[in-house]
Amino acid sequence: MTYKQRIDGRSFDETRPIEAKVGVIKRADGSAMFKIGNTWAYAAVYGPRNLHPKFLQDPQKGILRCNYNMMPFSSSGERVRPGGSRRSKEISLVTEKALLPVLDLEEYPNSVVDVFIELPQTEAGSRCAGICAASMALADAGLNMKDLVCAVSVGRVADKLLVDLDYSEESYADAPVADIPVAIMPNSGKITLLQMDGEVKKEELMKLLEMGKKVLMNIYEIQKKALKEKYHNGEA
Amino acid sequence: MHRELRSHIISLLNADTRLDGRKLTEYRKPIEVERDVVKTAEGSARVKIGETEIIVGIKMDVGEPYPDTPDEGTIIVGAELLPLSNPEFELGPPGIQAIELARVVDRGIRESKAIDFKKLCIEKGEKVWTVIIDICPLNDAGNLFDASSLAALAALKGTKYPSFDGEKIDYKQKTDKKLQLEKMPIAVTVIKIGDKFIIDPDTEEEKVIDARLTVSSIEDGTLCALQKGGDFPLTFEDISKMLDVGIEKARELKKYL
Repeated sequence: MTYKQRIDGRSFDETRPIEAKVGVIKRADGSAMFKIGNTWAYAAVYGPRNLHPKFLQDPQKGILRCNYNMMPFSSSGERVRPGGSRRSKEISLVTEKALLPVLDLEEYPNSVVDVFIELPQTEAGSRCAGICAASMALADAGLNMKDLVCAVSVGRVADKLLVDLDYSEESYADAPVADIPVAIMPNSGKITLLQMDGEVKKEELMKLLEMGKKVLMNIYEIQKKALKEKYHNGEA
Repeated sequence: MHRELRSHIISLLNADTRLDGRKLTEYRKPIEVERDVVKTAEGSARVKIGETEIIVGIKMDVGEPYPDTPDEGTIIVGAELLPLSNPEFELGPPGIQAIELARVVDRGIRESKAIDFKKLCIEKGEKVWTVIIDICPLNDAGNLFDASSLAALAALKGTKYPSFDGEKIDYKQKTDKKLQLEKMPIAVTVIKIGDKFIIDPDTEEEKVIDARLTVSSIEDGTLCALQKGGDFPLTFEDISKMLDVGIEKARELKKYL
């Protein structure tokens, strides 16, 4: 079984078109928009701010709270019921863990940094788009950061290894598929998010991580460019 | 609460101006209405009034009609006050603010008969279309009522039915059949602060309002929904003035659709 050509004509190591912008939500302390193909994410950062209820406070350092949410009309199928699902809770959790390593929250005891990720439109790769937007929004909020975080999905469809699976590839029915969202800190090269569902061999996975890294360095450049643009345009 | 802010705003209003230099009955600029921004929705719009920005998306579903209206479809309006859009909004199920917003938008559309519910009937007593309108603010810089109602209407205006074979909806395939809008109900919220009337309050002004009246009207000036809010009462005279402003400004807003 071979997967000869991607439906949208991309090469196997190519992402869908990406658009990124910073400072899109004026009321937030930091914000960003990240679009990859038909998947579209906004992220807003509020904080560091007071944390209630009090028992959640950590006197040693600030805490990070992430919330991932799909807007009710963001799925290509039926309406998504508002209020969150088990899936969105889990994605919120792994997003938090993906972002935490780049933050230095020791300066903000008893406080919280809230990250809200909203998706108006999705078509595969939404957690990765959310993480890309969130990391830009954190930088926009002026928080101390060791690095940015860049995320993309890699995977396998039949005999091919590829990056940034779209919906048709994620749900490819005729052959085994693996869908592997990965987030990386581009400067240290360390992985902060790794999930997988499907079937893949260890050798393939290691190859995929290498492929992903190359693409993520490109996403890193796009994120940096968007951050710089805000300040060049004098919006700050 | 906001005594200093209030007295400052009132002194500006007495000089016929506001914090941002606007006239009392002037909308912020720019007003932007962009349709079909969300591909996964059957209809959508993004509306900006000044820095306030809202996305409304429409999903269509097929269900059973209510027993008392077997040949009518229906609408559902939902509003989520996303904590992404305002530092004061919190996660969790819709609070009273969100519920009021959704219901005011709902009534404007429902009571004006902007959508002919009979045209949503597929099979009497069995299958009807439900039009689900979801309001999601991206940036709440004031006046969610007017922006949401404008966005809902803009989204409805471009809504296309998905294909339906009598059993299942295929959301991937939109048909050319458009949802028909019979009327254009526009909501304008008129605010009373002291003895002055303003429209399109920003975040600061919203903190110090005495009363508000959301006036939904159609082009010939017929009123189709009203909602009074705020802690202070209104006189007959107040209401008369506020209705005049609401109707006049609705005609101005309609140009953006």
